[in-house]
Amino acid sequence: MGKNLYQKVWNDHVVGQLDSGQYQLFIALHLIHEVTSPQAFGMLKDKGLSVRYPSRTFATVDHIIPTDNQSRPLQDDMAEKMIQVLSDATKEAGIEFFPPQSGNQGIVHVVGPELGLTQPGMTICCGDSHTSTHGAFGCIALGIGTSQVRDVLASQTLAMDPLKVRRIRVEGKLGVGVTAKDVTLHIIRTLGVNGGVGYAYEYAGSAIAAMSMEERMTVCNMSIEGGARCGYINPDATTFEFLRGKERVPVGAEFDKSVAKWQSYASDDDATFDDEIVLNAADIEPTVTWGITPGQAISINESTPDPDQVEGLEKNLVNDALEYMQLQANKPIKGTHIDVAFIGSCTNGRLSDFQAVANLIAGHQVAAGVKAIAVPGSEKVDKAARELGLDKIFEAAGFEWRLPGCSMCLAMNPDKLVGDEVCASSSNRNFIGRQGSSTGRTILMSPMMVAAAAIKGHVADAREVFGLVPAVAS
Amino acid sequence: MTGNSVSKINGKGVYVAGNDIDTDRIIPARFLKCVTFDELGPALFYDVRFDAKGQSLNHPLDAAEHAGAEILISDANFGCGSSREHAPQAIQKFGLKAIIADSFAEIFHGNCTTLGIPCVVMATQERRKLAELIAADPDAELIIDIEALQVICANNIFTITMKTSAREALLSANYDPLDTLMRTLDKVDQTAQRLGYA
Repeated sequence: MGKNLYQKVWNDHVVGQLDSGQYQLFIALHLIHEVTSPQAFGMLKDKGLSVRYPSRTFATVDHIIPTDNQSRPLQDDMAEKMIQVLSDATKEAGIEFFPPQSGNQGIVHVVGPELGLTQPGMTICCGDSHTSTHGAFGCIALGIGTSQVRDVLASQTLAMDPLKVRRIRVEGKLGVGVTAKDVTLHIIRTLGVNGGVGYAYEYAGSAIAAMSMEERMTVCNMSIEGGARCGYINPDATTFEFLRGKERVPVGAEFDKSVAKWQSYASDDDATFDDEIVLNAADIEPTVTWGITPGQAISINESTPDPDQVEGLEKNLVNDALEYMQLQANKPIKGTHIDVAFIGSCTNGRLSDFQAVANLIAGHQVAAGVKAIAVPGSEKVDKAARELGLDKIFEAAGFEWRLPGCSMCLAMNPDKLVGDEVCASSSNRNFIGRQGSSTGRTILMSPMMVAAAAIKGHVADAREVFGLVPAVAS
Repeated sequence: MTGNSVSKINGKGVYVAGNDIDTDRIIPARFLKCVTFDELGPALFYDVRFDAKGQSLNHPLDAAEHAGAEILISDANFGCGSSREHAPQAIQKFGLKAIIADSFAEIFHGNCTTLGIPCVVMATQERRKLAELIAADPDAELIIDIEALQVICANNIFTITMKTSAREALLSANYDPLDTLMRTLDKVDQTAQRLGYA
């Protein structure tokens, strides 16, 4: 019987079974950053342990780094200390560190793929839930806690239970103005924010196969928002072409050898799955959230839910979310006022995200009163965008073009909402207080939709704003 | 052995209502600016416990009748979102020793187990009844019996479930897996060689 990718990668990396019933899993690539990892070095010291495989761990800084001025020492003393602790610890352990101004710094999930550290068939982990992003290359990519970061530093292994695998096939062609972000929001909306608990998601089908690697990363990135422990896409020619020529990828005959090995990890034609669902790409519209979980999403032409039409406990959830968002029930989401527009994050902060928007916003202006920021996902993205003149296009339209980092996705740096501001955001979470204000409100959407909202000053259909399709009366 | 066996937990309960309570709510990101977990206890659920001026919002965790509660009770998909271990660390440092919910998000569940915090799953109807018992008598003592897979409260017995490996790890005091993982480093090295990672 055939095997799926999850089973193949898992079997390859299992060291053995533990008494608890869990398995010891070898980790091929470990990525660390300044927020969840420095403590792990302290834990190692307490136990008198050292880093076992320093060459398999890479470090950068992303969560707390300011995006306006990154000169050291940082103005925020604790932020400076966190970076310094990571810098010192990695130096002592012999771990490669990509600090600001190294040319390789950025959001850890942007940096891994763009350097070619992320390769098909790997087990990857990082103390960050969006590690699932790397699944786009055909990896088992897991977000972990700090104690597990410690485990990997000390032993290069994790104690894990195996997951079930659900194949999600998205079949058909996406409509004009419908992006990978809309696909992932649609999946989460359909299966729920805890629909994936106990599962790895395999994304498949013709709509997924047609996606670029950057689009695939957007889909895998939000697996965690759907409750899945990880998500992946089988490696194919698109994957191999993306990796060809990347800094840390073998060249020449070694590359061809690697491709053969990478290819072997793809799910077999007769692979079986614990569950399978099929979605029709044509049913997916530009999708936005209205509530306080990523699953509380609707297409741009739908209205907010009516609590009276909802049963039982769900009714309370709908009421609470509408109240927090200060939205009325049963009203079109289109037209909802926004104060801030944010394009960036490990979900949508790659070059193609900025290219797609730049192609649309030239000649448009951000609405008066809207603060719009574009934050490249890495120094490499920033450099490439500048070389293409994208920064100038964004600035001419009224966006601020910032330095790389996680920025307003989780607002651990100075980029925060103020009071109950509403942010049209290309990030991944619309939780209460997520963007730095305990009353701040987030509406998740694709970068193109954020740009449309920025220009209109309210939630809008990018297809109409940018003339991609004829206007629909609302 | 990585600690003491966790087989029974006794204490008062406190119910924090809501599905999909995420780790940003459990510990807002600004409190992640730290290089140790030591000071996280007071920051637990901070933004739903206090307003912008630091005034109490009368959250259940701050209610006089729940003072000293050691068992947190909530609804479905507790701990979803960010992988931050700061969330279970804050729960533990606040003084809570176990969590009962309809279901848990997986990374959070794993982080809790590693710290010796049992994540106990109870069917929604039962869990609601338990929350009602606590509302009626906040001083009622709960006994979580991990061996017998039950919770006892005010002469009621509730059936619970737990992830097998987590239950086994807690009972055998091996919930922190590091020592176990370090015992097989020769095999780890062999795996690394075999995969070409060494």
